[in-house]
Amino acid sequence: MNNLSFWILPFAFALLLSTLFMPGGGPAGGWTMYPPLSLQGDSVAYVVFAVHLMGISSIMGAINIIATILNMRAPGMDLLKMPVFVWSWLITAFLLIAVMPVLAGAVTMLLTDKYFGTSFFNAAGGGDPVLFQHIFWFFGHPEVYIMILPAFGLVSEIIPTFARKPIFGYKAMVFAIASIAFLSFIVWAHHMFAVGLPLGGEIFFMYATMLIAVPTGVKVFNWVSTMWGGSMTFETPMLWAIAFVILFTIGGFSGLMLALAPADFQYHDSYFVVAHFHYVLVTGAIFAIIAGSYYWLPKWTGRMYSETWGKIHFWSSVISVNVLFFPQHFLGLAGMPRRIPDYNVAFANFNMISSIGGFWFGASQLIFLGVIIHTVWFSKKKATDRVWEGAKGLEWTVPSPAPFHTFDVPPIINDDELAHGHTDD
Amino acid sequence: MTSGGIRPGGIKRAVTALAVAAFALFGSVVQANPEPGQLNMPRGVTTYSNVPYFLNNVAFGVCVVIGILVFGAMFIAMFRFRKSRGAVAEKWSHNTTVEIIWTTIPVIILVVLAYLATNGLKMFADTTGSEMTVKITGYQWKWRYDYVDYKGKPIDKVGFMSKLDRESDETRQLKSGLDPNAVKVDGYNTYLINVDEPLVLPINTKVRFVITAGDVIHSWWVPALGWKMDAIPGIVNAAWTNINEPGVYRGQCAELCGQDHGFMPIVVKAVTKDEFNKWLAEKQAQASQPAPAAAPAAASTVAAPATAQATSAVATPATDNHKG
Repeated sequence: MNNLSFWILPFAFALLLSTLFMPGGGPAGGWTMYPPLSLQGDSVAYVVFAVHLMGISSIMGAINIIATILNMRAPGMDLLKMPVFVWSWLITAFLLIAVMPVLAGAVTMLLTDKYFGTSFFNAAGGGDPVLFQHIFWFFGHPEVYIMILPAFGLVSEIIPTFARKPIFGYKAMVFAIASIAFLSFIVWAHHMFAVGLPLGGEIFFMYATMLIAVPTGVKVFNWVSTMWGGSMTFETPMLWAIAFVILFTIGGFSGLMLALAPADFQYHDSYFVVAHFHYVLVTGAIFAIIAGSYYWLPKWTGRMYSETWGKIHFWSSVISVNVLFFPQHFLGLAGMPRRIPDYNVAFANFNMISSIGGFWFGASQLIFLGVIIHTVWFSKKKATDRVWEGAKGLEWTVPSPAPFHTFDVPPIINDDELAHGHTDD
Repeated sequence: MTSGGIRPGGIKRAVTALAVAAFALFGSVVQANPEPGQLNMPRGVTTYSNVPYFLNNVAFGVCVVIGILVFGAMFIAMFRFRKSRGAVAEKWSHNTTVEIIWTTIPVIILVVLAYLATNGLKMFADTTGSEMTVKITGYQWKWRYDYVDYKGKPIDKVGFMSKLDRESDETRQLKSGLDPNAVKVDGYNTYLINVDEPLVLPINTKVRFVITAGDVIHSWWVPALGWKMDAIPGIVNAAWTNINEPGVYRGQCAELCGQDHGFMPIVVKAVTKDEFNKWLAEKQAQASQPAPAAAPAAASTVAAPATAQATSAVATPATDNHKG
């Protein structure tokens, strides 16, 4: 099932991309597929089918993760002894199972509206275009947490390793992830503050959204406290993880500003939003994925990557990504809407800076590609089992790369070997 | 090389923080339309528009202070607790007191922000007591304005389409060879933010808008008024404004509505009540004249609204049926 889940993806993605070359072009409504605009396109059926395939793939992957975590832990690995990364994946998998069918329902209604004469979202037939947005964002908001929660998990593994100190507040970290996941189901309409919600709706969704700042703040404070009193070294994975904490927090700040509905009447659908979600998803999710790649690359390949080139990659990326996304805050505040192909000359200077940052950031990722190719095929330096001095957890007790059928006999769990230390302290 | 992986981000943030804070403090010049290098939200020109502006500045200030504390602590940690400086890792991994403190303080800050924001929302939601109603309808890719009533009296047949001005439209064409910098009105660059016929409104008058659309979803946004509202086919949304100063205020459609989404600007021309009365009287006079009987000199101006009315007669019934 895991295999099928993976192999569906490239085909579903190719199907989605193929719509770009069809007469009439790609999906008219963009990724949010808002009707009635999305129904003007001719590629609706392809898009809907691709989304269904990806949904099936996600659900199968999620079932696998939940079954593995709940049934196949080593003896003695209690739930509250699991690494935070595993916790983050368990919770993410539940989110996936909860929201993917909702998206499937929404796009199926689009399909029948387009081809079978129904009027779910067609006002002329008694439907409601805003209904789609409610259903879509009931999926869409948990979906963005599906992207960021595993990143929280990754960073919660990497910072303790290079600080040589157990993660601060393990239970609070797990509880924070769970509360963020819960809150993600009751904040969807903050994407819709400008659709004309009733006053009570605006107030409820504003309060619920602001509440997310609390568990997210706890996580950031805990990462900083993990570093406090540690014995830190700054190998490439640690640099990426620290950049994640700072830049993700900046994205969180703009998130708090966006949560305030009257201010959102200005920010909404402007470049301020674009800056916000790129800070949380590029310098958030993607930075964490890169951090995790450097962290486990020696374990995966059995060879060490080039620390020098890893650091060049880091510095080039972290500077360029700010050149790329920071000016977009200013553009949004000055009144530039999203999703426009051309703009007034007042917006031209910051757009130019942003474009320079964009090409620079993109080119920087070629360094990453080079580092990976070098590590896999050319690196002479063998990785040890432990790889990092402060690394704790089961994967560091086996050889690098891990042997096929990693554990023939269930490993013994020693509480001192847990990345987060004793949990009953 | 290995020191403090985030210095560029931190410094950039601090500099920006200072710049924007300084701007918020000293930028008292009314900035109604986008300016090159503009860093902050415009204060706007209406009785409501300082609500989002004030909230934006307060929330930004809160974020800057929290940012300095959190990132400051991180930098101190990164310099004090380095292995290369002989730091030995401590063993503790929680502290209930500080955990309670850093959960409680954010909650208090949020309650204050929520209080401010709720008052703003209530103010915006109150469309009562208006002296004038304008119906705004979004089309691919232009706006239609219909004046419904003014000072309690219904207005008949005053309505027109408002679309991208010709100069911008010609300049934007691929390979037009025209320079966007040359598109100016009164020395201000209006490339893609000018229209053929602006929405004219009186100042110091509470104007209620009823906003809808004829085809797909659009969003009516003039930053100087302080809000945007989606224009949705089959739904009538309400909003209001009360402009304090005469002027020309520019905005754009803010909801993806198809290929020319970037080319349906909004221009509001705010004039004194006297000027508005004069303008309205002229419009009504034009509307009451049958188009063929118009004087040759005025033919073009009369024909335009007449055509617009004809177009809307086809398009509006579909919308009106579903207002309920």
